[in-house]
Amino acid sequence: MSIKEYRTAIEARGGLLVVKDTAGIAFGDRVQIKDHAGNTRNGQVIRSADNEVLILVFEGTDDLDLENTWVRFLDEPVEIALSPEILGREFNGLGVPRDGRPPVLSNIRRPVGGSAINPAARTYPREFIQTGISTIDGLNSLVRGQKLPIFSGSGLPHNRLAAQIGRQAKLVDQESSFSVVFAAMGVSYADAKFFRDEFASSGVLRNVVMFINLADDPPVERLTLPRTALTAAEYLAYDLDRHVLVILTDMTNYAEALREVATAKGDVPARKGYPGYLYSDLAEIYERCGRIHNRHGSITMMPVVSMPSDDITHPIPDLTGYITEGQIVLSRELHNQGIYPPVHISPSLSRLMKDGIGKDDTREDHPRVAGQIYALYARAQETRNLASIIGADELSERDRRYLTFADAFDERFVGQGESEDRSIEATLNLAWELMSMFPRDMLTRVKETDLAKYYQGTD
Amino acid sequence: MSETKRTGVIRDINGPIVTVELPGVRSGEQVKIGDLGLFGEVISLRGQLAIVQTYESTDGVRPGEPAQGLGWPLSVELGPGLMGGIFDGVQRPLEKIALQSGDYIRRGISVPALDRAREWEFEPNRELSPGAKVGPGSVLGTVQETTTVLHRIMVPPGVEGELLEMAPAGEYDIESTIARVRDPRGISHRLSMYQRWPVRKPRPYLRRDDGISPLITGQRVIDTFFPQLKGGKGAVPGPFGAGKTVVQQQIARWSNADIVIYVGCGERGNELVDVLESFPELDDPYTGRKLMERTLLVANTSNMPVVAREASVYVGITMAEYYRDMGYDVVMLADSTSRWAEALREVSGRLGQMPVEEGYPAYLASRLAAVYERAGRVETYGAGSGSVTLIGAVSPPGGDFSEPVTSHTKDIIETFWALSKELADARHYPSIDWVTSFSKHVQTAAQWWHKEIDPDWEKRRTAALALLARDAELSRIVNLVGPEALSDAQRWELEGASLIKEGVLQQSALDEIDTFCSPQKQYALLDLAITIYKRGAALIKLGVPVSELQHLPLMAKMRRIKSMYSSEQLDQVLAFRADVDHAMESVRIEYAKHGEQA
Repeated sequence: MSIKEYRTAIEARGGLLVVKDTAGIAFGDRVQIKDHAGNTRNGQVIRSADNEVLILVFEGTDDLDLENTWVRFLDEPVEIALSPEILGREFNGLGVPRDGRPPVLSNIRRPVGGSAINPAARTYPREFIQTGISTIDGLNSLVRGQKLPIFSGSGLPHNRLAAQIGRQAKLVDQESSFSVVFAAMGVSYADAKFFRDEFASSGVLRNVVMFINLADDPPVERLTLPRTALTAAEYLAYDLDRHVLVILTDMTNYAEALREVATAKGDVPARKGYPGYLYSDLAEIYERCGRIHNRHGSITMMPVVSMPSDDITHPIPDLTGYITEGQIVLSRELHNQGIYPPVHISPSLSRLMKDGIGKDDTREDHPRVAGQIYALYARAQETRNLASIIGADELSERDRRYLTFADAFDERFVGQGESEDRSIEATLNLAWELMSMFPRDMLTRVKETDLAKYYQGTD
Repeated sequence: MSETKRTGVIRDINGPIVTVELPGVRSGEQVKIGDLGLFGEVISLRGQLAIVQTYESTDGVRPGEPAQGLGWPLSVELGPGLMGGIFDGVQRPLEKIALQSGDYIRRGISVPALDRAREWEFEPNRELSPGAKVGPGSVLGTVQETTTVLHRIMVPPGVEGELLEMAPAGEYDIESTIARVRDPRGISHRLSMYQRWPVRKPRPYLRRDDGISPLITGQRVIDTFFPQLKGGKGAVPGPFGAGKTVVQQQIARWSNADIVIYVGCGERGNELVDVLESFPELDDPYTGRKLMERTLLVANTSNMPVVAREASVYVGITMAEYYRDMGYDVVMLADSTSRWAEALREVSGRLGQMPVEEGYPAYLASRLAAVYERAGRVETYGAGSGSVTLIGAVSPPGGDFSEPVTSHTKDIIETFWALSKELADARHYPSIDWVTSFSKHVQTAAQWWHKEIDPDWEKRRTAALALLARDAELSRIVNLVGPEALSDAQRWELEGASLIKEGVLQQSALDEIDTFCSPQKQYALLDLAITIYKRGAALIKLGVPVSELQHLPLMAKMRRIKSMYSSEQLDQVLAFRADVDHAMESVRIEYAKHGEQA
């Protein structure tokens, strides 16, 4: 079908444009809009009826009038051009360069919507990724093909942590690092600059593709940005056989843009005004990561979700947690104590850890050490609560030991330098050093053989 | 429904909801949409217009493209070849689709669920000969579908009459005629090895029976504390990260059912792959064969189309009913029913229906109840007793159990395994909370345990729960004033409860030995923990200080013994009982001596 142009817009509100007297416009197609000043905007058909279509305008509908708006239906899906040249570049949510350099020329064009991976074609992720961060490697291990979000709050150092992981992530005994696809939605100029500088100074910039939508860029563009970024990630992973780490920050801004558009469309709200399809929509993004049979590359994802008012039950972190394979939760309390990275281990979890660690992957005692540390720390937290009520002096000698352990744990195991890259061996040894503060008979989650080999206490 | 195909035209596309002008189409009828031939289902009618929900993405579909009514409702194929398979939400075989369309699912692809080319060794039922009266459920013969599953080929519902002829033993594909039946009106029916059934309609049975035997899952907190019956319905609610999926997978792995149907409904792709990759490797503890031979997966991951997610639960339960009709005990796991409910919500929202609670449509409760009601133990038409046990995971937003899906589910089900975030955070797995969970089947299960394992089962179980309740009470005091305020007897109660928690309730799915626990070993561990507590309590009454007991080596061993000896090494567990007696006795003698000297 040929390209059609219309000047029959009848309604413009909240990023949505209604055009009438149309015929046979395909659902999901790409649209170009020329406004009264001659500027071009981009859009997508989100409802198509016999003689009327609804268009989502990525640059927003501000400053549009109805008389002087030309709408062209391009008869193609929203696509992005891909070539190995995208590495080291910076784009907006539609794949248009932001770095002042020319657009990517390529005959490889892919629709950004993607399609669902056949579950029967997936491979279970089981290769341990060493991030060099003890709380992740030791207790919540990341594996290649996993999606593990960072749940954070405003003012917490999630960006520093994400950048550190981007720099340090590697497979054990291998030097090959990851290509990074960095997708920023609604972030501040300073945050975007931080990442750019961070990648530049560590010399990995040549391995990074950035997709950036700043806080003052049109919010509607945030809806397509993660999809564009993931299309690029899929290209790098499955066409160029690279292992890709996708960092999405901040998914809360994405979800808010979705709510904004949903409200304008008049969708029935479910929780806190977010549309009922928020879960499916987030899943479309998150589930694009993974491993596929007979393909060399992989996509690992670390979305950053800032929890509004630090509330983990807020719909965005909540639905994210139901889709992702675990979560790394940052704690304001630890942050205020000056501990970096302030990872709160109790609510943190990695679901895919079990098959990526142990004898052949990291070390045979690893799963049990993780279990033991968690049990000790949970008990220590109870003791801390108790101590805050009755005072530490009133505690039994046994309970005081838990307090000493918890403090040492927070300071030495959780806390580490921003450029400190700990090997998994070092992390596990440190765990044993801390566990050895307890007598053997209190370490019931580890095996006798582990104790014989690694226990350092005097008991 | 008539078999004539009607054609019409697309008028409006709103995501998965498509309006077509298709006069004469029926509500529930399957419709092929557009040039791509996407499949959908009519959900409502208005004049000449039909509202269709499509099972695939409608990107690129245009108004004006054709639509075709297919004349039948959403149905599944039932016959040999289902076991060990993985299907999408509308029963398309995903492995075959991967062969045809690669790593991603191409739209409009249509592959029948059952392989037409494959031949099966059919063994006719020797008791039937031409002239015999047959009706729905009559077993015409059998096919060894996998080494563990004997597939009974049955007369489909709706066919009744005189058997005219039956095929001799031999290899047939599923479309070959294996029998002909003449009904009382004189119409002859050609029967093959497979049948079709509309998924939204429960398959018929003779009558409903009560459940009598527990479903043994090998998980202590379930079997011993909150038992499920074969034919029961249960729910596993829990916030994310509490371990719902692991609980479901453990049940799929270790339960003593004949058939397991696992419906991954709007869940993670990687987790389904875990099942897909590990089940062909794992042994069924009851038959010693590979687990996949008795397992069937329905996979609609969270990024697959939402309407197919709604259908997937019906597709799963219909296949479950089909194997039930062969006289099998089937367990169906639906992970998660919340995603299914959300699919309902999404569709109802697109239709602009009035929402009631949190955006859910008013029919949420009745739909949920109707799905769960398809579980049960029944007297089948031709194969004796069979059952479908339905266990649904529930994913309450924010872990709030008062939300609509959890609260409606709670009203319907009989077993409620509530997962707790606090327990999960402390890595107490399975994180089934003993305070909020319940089972309405304890009395029935007790009869089985008393007969098969030990007449003291219920007493021991009650003692353990009482101790846990005491623990909750005392912990509140400890949290206010510290443990020093408690008496030795009270501190021993805490210690006893901790033995139950660590030595019995906690069970690691990752521990090779402890992942499965036979009923015998379950009882032995429970008995040990209670015995240690009781013997200790008696000693404390005599004046033995609690610290003396806390440091006995047997306390650490009680916490570890579950993963020291497997269910086959029951004698070793039982032998520990003697050690306990001996150790406690020495403390008593020691203390008596001490007392005399003083």
